[in-house]
Amino acid sequence: MATTVVMEALSPTMEEGRLVEWKKQPGDAVAVGDILAEVETDKAVMELVARAAGTLLKHAVAAGTTVPVGQALAYVGAAGEVVEGGPAAQTTPAAQGAQAAANGREKAPPTPVAAAAAPPAGGRLKASPLARKIAADRGLDLQAVTGTGPEGRIVLRDVETAGARQPTAGGRQATTTAPAPSRPQVVTPALTVAPGAAFTDVPLTQIRKTISKRLAQSIGPIPTFYLTAEADMTRAAEAREGLNALGEGKVSFNDIVIKATALALRQHPACNAWWQEDRIRYWADVHVAMAVAVEDGLITPIIRHADRKTLREIGAEAKDLALRARERKLMPEEYTGGTFSVSNLGMFDIDEFTAIINPPEAGILAVGRIADQAVAHEGQLAIRKRLRLTMSCDHRVIDGATGAQFLRTLVRMLENPLGMVW
Amino acid sequence: MTAKADRKRGSPAAAGAAAPNPTSDLNADTQRSWLRQMLLIRRFEEKAGEAYSLGKIGGFCHLYIGQEAVAVGTLAAMRGDDYITASYREHGHALARGMSARAAMAELFGKAAGCSHGKGGSMHLIDASLGFLGGHGIVGGHIPLTTGMAFAIKYREEDRVAVCYFGEAAVNNGAFHEALNMAALWKLPAIYICENNRYGMGTALERASAIYDISERALSYDMDREVVDGQDVLVVYQAMQRAVKRARENKHPTLLEIRTYRFMGHSMSDPIHGHYRTREEVEEHRKRDPILVWSEKLKADGIIDERGIKSLDADVISEVEDAYRFADAAADPEPGELWTDVYASGGTA
Amino acid sequence: MAVITYRDALNQAIREEMRLDPSVFLMGEEVGVYQGAYKVSRGLLDEFGPMRVVDTPITELGFAGVGVGAAMVGLRPIVEFMTWNFALLAIDQVVNTAAKMRYMSGGQISVPAVFRGPGGSALQLAAQHSQAFESWYAHIPGLKVVMPATPADAKGLLKSAIRDEDPVVFIEGEMLYNTKGEVPEGEYLTPIGVADVKRAGTDVTLICHSKTVSVALKAAEQLAADGIDAEVVDLRTIRPLDHETVLASVSKTHRAVVVEEGWSFAGVGAQVVDVIQREIFDELDSPVLRVTGADVPMPYNKHLEKASKADPPKVIAAVKRVMYLES
Repeated sequence: MATTVVMEALSPTMEEGRLVEWKKQPGDAVAVGDILAEVETDKAVMELVARAAGTLLKHAVAAGTTVPVGQALAYVGAAGEVVEGGPAAQTTPAAQGAQAAANGREKAPPTPVAAAAAPPAGGRLKASPLARKIAADRGLDLQAVTGTGPEGRIVLRDVETAGARQPTAGGRQATTTAPAPSRPQVVTPALTVAPGAAFTDVPLTQIRKTISKRLAQSIGPIPTFYLTAEADMTRAAEAREGLNALGEGKVSFNDIVIKATALALRQHPACNAWWQEDRIRYWADVHVAMAVAVEDGLITPIIRHADRKTLREIGAEAKDLALRARERKLMPEEYTGGTFSVSNLGMFDIDEFTAIINPPEAGILAVGRIADQAVAHEGQLAIRKRLRLTMSCDHRVIDGATGAQFLRTLVRMLENPLGMVW
Repeated sequence: MTAKADRKRGSPAAAGAAAPNPTSDLNADTQRSWLRQMLLIRRFEEKAGEAYSLGKIGGFCHLYIGQEAVAVGTLAAMRGDDYITASYREHGHALARGMSARAAMAELFGKAAGCSHGKGGSMHLIDASLGFLGGHGIVGGHIPLTTGMAFAIKYREEDRVAVCYFGEAAVNNGAFHEALNMAALWKLPAIYICENNRYGMGTALERASAIYDISERALSYDMDREVVDGQDVLVVYQAMQRAVKRARENKHPTLLEIRTYRFMGHSMSDPIHGHYRTREEVEEHRKRDPILVWSEKLKADGIIDERGIKSLDADVISEVEDAYRFADAAADPEPGELWTDVYASGGTA
Repeated sequence: MAVITYRDALNQAIREEMRLDPSVFLMGEEVGVYQGAYKVSRGLLDEFGPMRVVDTPITELGFAGVGVGAAMVGLRPIVEFMTWNFALLAIDQVVNTAAKMRYMSGGQISVPAVFRGPGGSALQLAAQHSQAFESWYAHIPGLKVVMPATPADAKGLLKSAIRDEDPVVFIEGEMLYNTKGEVPEGEYLTPIGVADVKRAGTDVTLICHSKTVSVALKAAEQLAADGIDAEVVDLRTIRPLDHETVLASVSKTHRAVVVEEGWSFAGVGAQVVDVIQREIFDELDSPVLRVTGADVPMPYNKHLEKASKADPPKVIAAVKRVMYLES
C-alpha cells in the first residue's frame, strides 16, 4: 500500500511551506532518509526526507507551489502501484523526527525527547542567553530549534546544529561557536529594476512573512529598530566653508546629509524601499523626503533624484521647499512619493534622537547637531566636529545588518565629502 | 604625684588640685589665651548644638561643654609636631590644637571646606598637618593607634610624643589594655589621657568598672600615672608637662586620669540629665565650670578684669558666628567626591 | 631560575623590601626569636634586629592597631597574623581604621600596611582554625585583598603589597607554604588587581584563587582526558577583582565554574558570578556554577573534613553540568 508524503511542519510555527524543488522524480527508487524535496519554511529552506522506502509513484504538487502543512505532496509505494489522487491510508507526519535525524553532533543526546522540541504548552521558550544571541545574529528562530538542555533549554550546541542544518535565507551557514563575524555579508535579494521600470516588486518569502508578522506583533504596526552612528564632520565642514566661499548659493549641513543619504541609498537599494503589506517595493530612483517643521506640525517635501543633484541644487531646492512648506504652498506631489526620509533637529541643539518612520517608507534618518568633541583622531586626542545619526528601520524591510551597512556607507560619505562631489 | 611613687594600691588623691599653682613660668598672655581657647570651645559647642537642632548638622554630635580645661591644658603642654588622636568627642581638642573654627564647623556641616572635606563629620575631625589624626568613632579603638604612633616615633628615633584622649568607659575595653601593655613593654613615648567624665553614655563609672580609680589600671603595666583635677586648666597643664617630659626624655608612657564632668548629654540626641544622673548633680558640677574657675583665678591674679573677659567672649562669639556663616554658606562636596579617597589611586576597586 | 618554596618566596619578598626601605618592618606573634610560626620570617631578626622584626604579645587587636597607627604616621608595617582565624580579634582595626582613614580624612591619611598570614584550612584543625575569610575583607571598600597561589606570585604580589599605599589583606595558605616553584630572584613585582590564566582552554572557564588553583588545575587535567579543554583563571587578587580577564575568558568559553575554599553564602564566587551575568549575560550558555566549601563549621574527622572541601571531582561534576554533559 502506498505511503503518502505530506508537507511536514518543519518548524513549530510553520503553517505552510513552498515546495522549492523535487529531488526525486516519479519512478525513482526511494530509501528511508532519502531527500525527496527541498521545502522553504517560514524560517529556512529545509530538506524533506523519506519516511518509507519504495518507488516514488507520483508528485501531488509541482515545484514552486505553496502547500499547507499536512497536505499530500507525493506517494511512495511498490513499483507500478497505482495511487488515487486522494488521501492515502498511511501518513507520516513527524516534524520532530526530521530534526532528530538531522542532529549530528557527537555529544548530543542520541534521541532528544520529542516533548523538548516545542516549548511546553503555554510555557515560555527556554534558551541560554548565548543561544538567544546567536540565533538572533543568524536569523534563526528559536521556536524551530530543539532544546537539549535541562527542561528543553536551547543551548549553544542546539543552535549550532540547527544553524548547520537550516541555512538562513541568504544561505549563510552557522558553523562555529564563535560570535557572528564582525563584518557579515549583507543578505539582500537580487534587486535589479528592469530598465525603464520605476520599481520592482518582490513577493514576500516565507521568512519575510514570518518576520513581518512577528515583529509587528512585537512592537506595533511598524516594527522599528534603531541604529546610531557618529560621523566626523570636520572635513565636511571645511568643504562646506569652501563651497560657500564661492558665493554661488549657500550649502547647509543638512544639504550635505541629504546628498550623502541619497548616494548611500543608491549603493544600498535594500533601504530605498516601501512596505506594501504583501510585498516590498524597491525603488529604482532615490527621492529623499526632508522633514520640515511647520506651524502646527510637520511636512516632508521631497528632493527628487537627490542622488543625481549637486549640493548647490539640493541647497536651493531644499530652501525653496522649506519656505513654501511653511507658507503651505506645496503641491501634493511635492510632498508625496519619497523613498526615504531625513529629519534634522540639529538646529535645535539636539544631540541625537530617534525619528518615526513615515510609512510606507522603510527608513528615516534622524540627524542631530554637529558639536565639537574631544575624540581620538589618528591616535591623538583632538577636537573634531561630530554628528550623531540615528536610523529608524522598518524591520519587515530592513534587517540589522542591512541598515548597518547603509549607515556605514553614509558615515564614510560624510567623512570624505570629496566622494560626494565627484 | 607620679605613679612611680605610688606603686602600691591606694587612693591617689587628685593631688594637683590641692597643691599650690605656681604660674610664674607662664606669662599673662598665655594665661589669657587659655581662657580665650576655653571660651572658643564653649561658644563653638553651643553654636554646634544650635545648628544641630536646626538640622544643619546631622548624625551624632557629642559636645565637650564642661571638659574644656582638659583639652586646653594638655595641648598647651605639647609641641606642634606631636601626634594626637581622640575619640568622637573631639571638637574641643581640634580647636585647642589650632584647627580653625571655620574648618571645624564646616566639617560638622558636612561641607567641602571642612577639615575632612565633609567626609568625616563631627566624629572625624582630622587635620594631618596639625598632627591631629582623628576623631575616631569606636570606643577604645584608637588607643592602639597611639601606641603605634609612639612606636613609629621610637623606631625613627624622634623626640615627639603621641597622645591619646578617651573617656573612662574605654578603659574596660580590651584595646585599652593591649595598647597600654605594649607601650609600657616597649617603653614608648605615649600619653594616655583618660577624661573621666563619670559616665559612659548613661552608665556611671562605678556601674562599669570594678575599680573606681582609673589610674590604678596603669599598675598592671608598671606605667606612670597621675590623677588630675580636670576643671583647673593650670593643674591639667602641669600634670601634662610632667607626662610629656617623661615621654619625650625617657620614653616612659603615662596614664593620666583627668577627672572632669560633661555638662551636656552624651550626644545631642540625649537629655542633659536623663535617668542616670540628677539635675542637682549637674548643677553642683557647674559650680566648678572650668571657665569660671580659670576666670576667677585670672581676676584674682589681676591678669584680666570682668571687662576684659566680656571682650574676650565677644571676640570668640564673633569668631564662632563667622564660622557658622561660613559653614552655612559653604558648598557641599562635589557629587564625584563620593568616589574619591577610597584608594590611593583615587578610584574605587 | 631558582626553584624555592612558597614560604621562602615570601621570606625573600619581605627581606628584599626591608633592605630597600627602612620604613618597612615586620611585627606579629613569634616572628622574631621563634623565626615565625610557619618560618616565613626565618632569619629576619638576625639581619634586621628587634626594632624591625617585632615580637608581639598575643594581642591581635592591639598589635594590628599598633601597625595601623604606625602606618598612619609613615611607617610601612607588615603585620603578621599567625592565622587569619585569630585576626577576627583585630578586624576592628582592619575594617574600622585601616580601610577608613583615607576616606574619612578626606584623603589626608594613608595606611600603607600589609596584614598577612595563612588563611583557610590545613588538615584536621577543626572549626576555629579552618576558615576562609577573604570575602569578609573583600567586602570592604578601602581594602585590597591578595591571595597568591604559587611561589612566584607569592613573592611578586607581596612585594607589590608592601609598596602599595593602601592597606592590603594578604592571605596565604598553610598548605601552600611547602609548595615549590620557579621564582625570579631580586626585583620581581606582580601587579595587584591582575588575574592570571594558569591554563588556557576553550570549553569552560574555572575561576579560582589560592589553594583552589591546584584543585582546578587537577580537574582540568582530568577533564582533558575526556576531551574537555578547561581554562583556569587564577584571580590572584580578590579586590580589586580583575573583571577583564574573567570576562574575556568566559566570553570565549561561554561556561564557567567558580571554585573557592570558603563558604558559599556571599562568597567571592558570588561576586564573580554577579560580574559575569551582569556584563556578559549573552555570552552564557549555562548558569555559572560554584564549587565551595560545605556550608558547615569545619569538622575535625578527616573523612568529614575531606568531604567538606572543594576538590577535583566536585569541579568535574560542575563542569559537566555547565556543559550539559551530565547523564
